[in-house]
Amino acid sequence: MLRRSFLKLLSAVSLGAIGTVAGQEGALAQAKQSVLRVAMTAGDIPLTTGQPSQGAEGIRFMGLTIYDGLTRWDLSKGDKAAPVIPALAESWTVSEADQKVWTFKLRKGVKFHDGSEFTADAVVFNFDKLMNKESPQFDQAQSNQGGQYYTSIASWKKIDDYTVEITTKVVDAVLPYNLASIFMSSPKRWEELGKDWGKFAEKPSGTGPWMLESFKPRERAELVRFPGHWDKTRITKSDRLVLLPMPDATSRVAALLSGQVDWVEAPPPDSVPRLKAQKMQIVTNVYPHIWPYQISYLDDSPFKDVRVRKAANLAIDRDGLVKMLGGLAAPAKGMVDEKHPWFGKPTFQIKYDPEAAKKLLKEAGYGPDKPAKIKMIISPAGSGQMQPLPMNEFIKENFRDVGIDMEFEVLDWEALRTRRRQGAWAPENKGRHGVNNSWGYWDPDIGLIATAYSGSKVPAGFNWGGYNDPKADELAVKAKSTFDANEQAKVLSELHARIVDEAMWIWMVHDLNPRALRPNVKGFVQAQSWFQDLTQVVVE
Amino acid sequence: MLVYVLRRILYTIPIALGVSLVCFALIHLAPGDPLSAVIPEGASPETIAQIRVAYGFDRPLPVQFLKWLSHVCSGNFGTSIMTNRPVLTDVLPAIVNTLTLASVAVLFGFVLGCLFGVASGYLVGSPTDRAITTVSTTGVSIPHYWLGMVMIVIFAVNLNLLPATGMGEGGSGSFGFNWESLQYLILPALTLSVIPAGIIARAVRGTIADVRKQDFMQTLYAKGLPGRRVFVHVVKNALPSVLAVMGLQVAQLLGGSILVETVFSWPGTGFLLNNAIFTRDLPMLQGTILVLSMFFVLINLGVDILQTAVDPRIKRA
Repeated sequence: MLRRSFLKLLSAVSLGAIGTVAGQEGALAQAKQSVLRVAMTAGDIPLTTGQPSQGAEGIRFMGLTIYDGLTRWDLSKGDKAAPVIPALAESWTVSEADQKVWTFKLRKGVKFHDGSEFTADAVVFNFDKLMNKESPQFDQAQSNQGGQYYTSIASWKKIDDYTVEITTKVVDAVLPYNLASIFMSSPKRWEELGKDWGKFAEKPSGTGPWMLESFKPRERAELVRFPGHWDKTRITKSDRLVLLPMPDATSRVAALLSGQVDWVEAPPPDSVPRLKAQKMQIVTNVYPHIWPYQISYLDDSPFKDVRVRKAANLAIDRDGLVKMLGGLAAPAKGMVDEKHPWFGKPTFQIKYDPEAAKKLLKEAGYGPDKPAKIKMIISPAGSGQMQPLPMNEFIKENFRDVGIDMEFEVLDWEALRTRRRQGAWAPENKGRHGVNNSWGYWDPDIGLIATAYSGSKVPAGFNWGGYNDPKADELAVKAKSTFDANEQAKVLSELHARIVDEAMWIWMVHDLNPRALRPNVKGFVQAQSWFQDLTQVVVE
Repeated sequence: MLVYVLRRILYTIPIALGVSLVCFALIHLAPGDPLSAVIPEGASPETIAQIRVAYGFDRPLPVQFLKWLSHVCSGNFGTSIMTNRPVLTDVLPAIVNTLTLASVAVLFGFVLGCLFGVASGYLVGSPTDRAITTVSTTGVSIPHYWLGMVMIVIFAVNLNLLPATGMGEGGSGSFGFNWESLQYLILPALTLSVIPAGIIARAVRGTIADVRKQDFMQTLYAKGLPGRRVFVHVVKNALPSVLAVMGLQVAQLLGGSILVETVFSWPGTGFLLNNAIFTRDLPMLQGTILVLSMFFVLINLGVDILQTAVDPRIKRA
């Protein structure tokens, strides 16, 4: 009431009274629409051309909204890990001979936002866009952003209008997961706009449930419903989606509390009581995230000894850590969460047992007079890093209690990522015994296979420390070549049990992916995924 | 005078070169890879090498710098690694947004600073002077970003009087001189104005107090001039040194505040730089800093010329 009176008073004396009236009419017209306003953690609007920038958040808000892939994550359920299901490809088969040739049958009747039809030509166009430097549509920016997902693809070709063939460099049963993040841009729109990706960015066309109406760098992107989306169950409930970059967590919370936005990503833990008191919905769920220490297996590393690795895992008071994080985390018992189909049956139970940790360290030759000395690379912030400074200080105290003396090297997020890509053996990482880089296990490769396989050392894989375990190697190769989803999950669970038993990393907590929504935001199901589906969300 | 102005404009060239070189060197001295934000996870060494070639990062640093410089001389500030847009396309609207914010902050800061400074300078040693000095010292000492957050909590969250962030429902594109837009400007502008207000208040206080101790003041009073006329003389004599302080503050405000713009999600040059720093967007960083340094130099030149205009005793030759 107070605000309304204040506004009226000042509006009356405002120089731009006419402009105000016009603005109010526009606002009234918009008020009739159902508009969902989301504050992202990103500082800019992700790339809009097809392969978004800004990591998983970019895919969540600018990939899955405007575009589709040949496959997609089923984000409709919150009670199980999100699986990959058919999308623009209705079905696929793998050659029995060498298991490297995939044939994808495409969905018929799919239209891009510009009205053109999605066919095998569009698939070839988009693969060329990412991987064929000789093609006119090759786009370095999209190629960079999509690079993680096409590493195993060797070639591709059109068989007929609705069939494409993809050949992989190695046997790769994980391909359907990766295809969920390779998005299809419209060749027709690109042609119409003078074959210019810069212009396409302003007026993109995909097949996704939302169409980009406008965007202003670093300010906002406005998306509207695409009524012609091929999946009628995913026609958006909201008329309009407004995405606002707000990298400062306090500002996001303030924007929610003052009614400027309906939804904020990653509210800080200390804001949760206030948000709850204001009747905001705090939505959480486990998702494929782990906050670990990826450790070195070089000769100078105390972690080369499995007893030290196990002791470090047993030294951490995870419940205390979760309490410190306001309950927005879950204690880890391995790389994947306990209910995940890949968890398996490890014999080593990860829990808080400082006495057992001390005993193991004693066996390994360490004790109060001779602590194991380690140096960990950490960052003060970063994507998925949660609250790294207090968390690391907490763990340092836990370690000190059992006889591990941990020192930190603090680097900014991008510098830490660079050092993680270089591997423990790089001269820059000499004397460092681990890196605190949060991790995702959304697909079998990044989660288990390429982290544990000795042949997947960074940068081409994700094995930072030089972990080398023949049993894990055997299971990793088997998982990569097991095409039946259930069978593959079984092999992956064996692999996971193995790396837990060997204490491959030190695993602390899983983030619970908090987001805060205004009370009138309805229809959101938080999937166990880095990605989310906004099509069923509506502001009542 | 014309020769002086031309010479000063020519000085901007070595200054711009120096700024660019220092900026380039600092970015490369910082730990980490300038391309780390765009190199895909799991990329093979060949792919990484190809990306380095594509962005010209495979060449020796002096060659990279000279190539960038030659492009800048032909008006091409490069393309952002992160957004794939020309740097100037992003920098110019950001400068307009920062100018909008800075102009209002300058207005708040100068008016408050001058009012407090004059009052304090006329009442040196009085309780009012001590109170104003305490307030202005506090203003100078308060961290911007903290004050911004407090302002948001009080005026946006608790009182719900003003919006917390951004430039309005339509963003900068629909920003205009109406209440719907201007309400978004108040909190960030007030936050930004606190430090300059404090600095100017202290500068004005000191200068006014000094001028009032000069012998000619006794003469003015002895001639029987009314206080109002004497005040005009005080202001005229205090103005040159106060202008110098104000000029520096204007230049700093126009450079944008990384922290204040980030707290208020104000899409100006500070917000742009913040993004560029965190994503190691080297072309964007270099381009923005170069443009801002030119602004800084030109504003200082403008202030110098203004000083000459208001005080003929200052010779510029």
